[in-house]
Amino acid sequence: MRSSLIEIRNLCIQTANESRELVKNISFSIYPGEAVGVVGESGSGKTLTALSILGLLPRGVLAQSGEVTYGGKNLLNASEESRRSIRGREISMIYQDPMTALNPVMKLGKQLLEVFEAHELPKENAQERALNALIEVGIPEPERAMQSYPHEFSGGMRQRVMIAMALVLSPKLLIADEPTTALDVTIQRQILALISEQRKKTHMSILWITHDLGVVANLVDRVIVMYAGQIVEEGSVNEIFTNPQHRYTAGLLKSLPKATIKNRERLSAIPGVPPKPWLVENSCAFSSRCSYVTEECLTKTPALIRNKFTSAACFHPVGGNS
Amino acid sequence: MKSSSTSEKSWVHYYFKSTSGIVGAFLVLIMMTISLCAAFGWMPHDPLIQNPMDSLHKPSSVYWFGTDQFGRDIFSRAMDGMRRSMTVSIVSVSIAGIAGVSLGIIGGFFGSWLDSLVVRLSDVIFAFPAILLALAIVNSLGNSWIDTAIAIAIVYTPIFIRVARGPVLIIKELDYVKSVRVLGFSSVRILRSHVLPNVLAPILVQIALSMSWAILTESGLSFLGLGTQPPDSSLGLMVSEAQPMAAFAWWTLAAPSLFITLVVVGLNLVGDGLRDSLDPSRRQS
Repeated sequence: MRSSLIEIRNLCIQTANESRELVKNISFSIYPGEAVGVVGESGSGKTLTALSILGLLPRGVLAQSGEVTYGGKNLLNASEESRRSIRGREISMIYQDPMTALNPVMKLGKQLLEVFEAHELPKENAQERALNALIEVGIPEPERAMQSYPHEFSGGMRQRVMIAMALVLSPKLLIADEPTTALDVTIQRQILALISEQRKKTHMSILWITHDLGVVANLVDRVIVMYAGQIVEEGSVNEIFTNPQHRYTAGLLKSLPKATIKNRERLSAIPGVPPKPWLVENSCAFSSRCSYVTEECLTKTPALIRNKFTSAACFHPVGGNS
Repeated sequence: MKSSSTSEKSWVHYYFKSTSGIVGAFLVLIMMTISLCAAFGWMPHDPLIQNPMDSLHKPSSVYWFGTDQFGRDIFSRAMDGMRRSMTVSIVSVSIAGIAGVSLGIIGGFFGSWLDSLVVRLSDVIFAFPAILLALAIVNSLGNSWIDTAIAIAIVYTPIFIRVARGPVLIIKELDYVKSVRVLGFSSVRILRSHVLPNVLAPILVQIALSMSWAILTESGLSFLGLGTQPPDSSLGLMVSEAQPMAAFAWWTLAAPSLFITLVVVGLNLVGDGLRDSLDPSRRQS
């Protein structure tokens, strides 16, 4: 078996003041060159999980227990200085909104070159590497782009520049936090294609965070479904889409709009809203919205169990209990 | 993508495209030159020598703006007063700017108790009317120009704290600050190259405006008999001395009032010009 690039084990994230659990005991690994999609609704803890990898949890939120192992080190208790040297160089991240993700008063070239400065890397070939990074992400006239300000570019172009900044030091893992949601669909496709292409070239791993199942379908190898701070299902992208076992995943897939849908027909939806993660105790987090709920679901917490197709935390998986 | 050739030019280029910028710079430059001439003693007459024979002369080729009741040349006195006001204004705004901006940026960026302390402190100072607080401070410090400068600096520090802190609070939550943190930038680097340049525009505008307020406050204090003391001249003191005579000797009031007006208008126009030229997306080429 291959050794993992990064391994997250029993990670729990809480608020500092009231000890409210936001992410509960989650474990997963990412292998070198693998693309993993984390799917979940707002507040399911997917972004917090990603930020804890980088050691950049917002103020008032902390990783209570667990391990994030990267390169033999537990990043959760590494020094700030060693985490800082990993950010950008080993693990990079791109954000949702390209319109605000670049410094408006600094020329793009300078912003790119600053990445080298921040990591005290030699300046000699920085210029060349920065130019190459812009060429890689398909910026026309990269020399001129280096001398331009962000407002001279469209949203899609800015997202490309951001990706160039994130990839300029060839990180081993790229965390993408819904980087395409703010773009229109055609640009979205281009950006997805661009990231896939970069991944093939550099063999980097990707952790793709999204609430949009459609986006991850063509991009990732493995999907993790999060719900109310827990992993409810994990499996290869094929199995998740063809044989979802957890009732929540199945519900999500059913609610996707299909090309065959008739005029004025309503999309199927999961009733209700997700519970606050810290209010779920000794029950299945999805029980309040699930139509297959039984006594067992309300009194016990299901564990993530391997079945024929995926791993699911459900007492009544779609394929039945084997 | 728009033409990027415009990006090559610095903000100075754009500054001199705005009319208010040019007019403001011209006025401020004249007043600076006048202050410098006064500092070197290049004045048509000695501002302190009394000449009772020529008291209350109308403006003439000898006394360009006339003389006061002691026969002193009003133009020379206004030049010297301008120098004094300018010195007080520059010194006080430098102190207030450096103290206020550092406190505001540090408080806003790092937050927690430091920020609360800075905000409470500036709230306390804000609670007093500016001129009243300046009066109290000058009263307790003394009457030399440096005391006036310190008093004005204390009064205007909270304004700089607010002007710097507000944008920092917004900027530190923006994605580009988050994304450079994700790329492994240190806090010091983020502050220096990503936060500071983005709050610099309002701060520069504030400096220009504060300088004009400082001149007004200095004049106000001298007018009220604090700050500069006779026989030294100051614009405010001259207005104060001219007030009872203005009915029959209008020229005693003219020069100091004109100087105050021109420098205040000039500095405000400079502020406008700076505001328009410092923001890359606001520039019109």
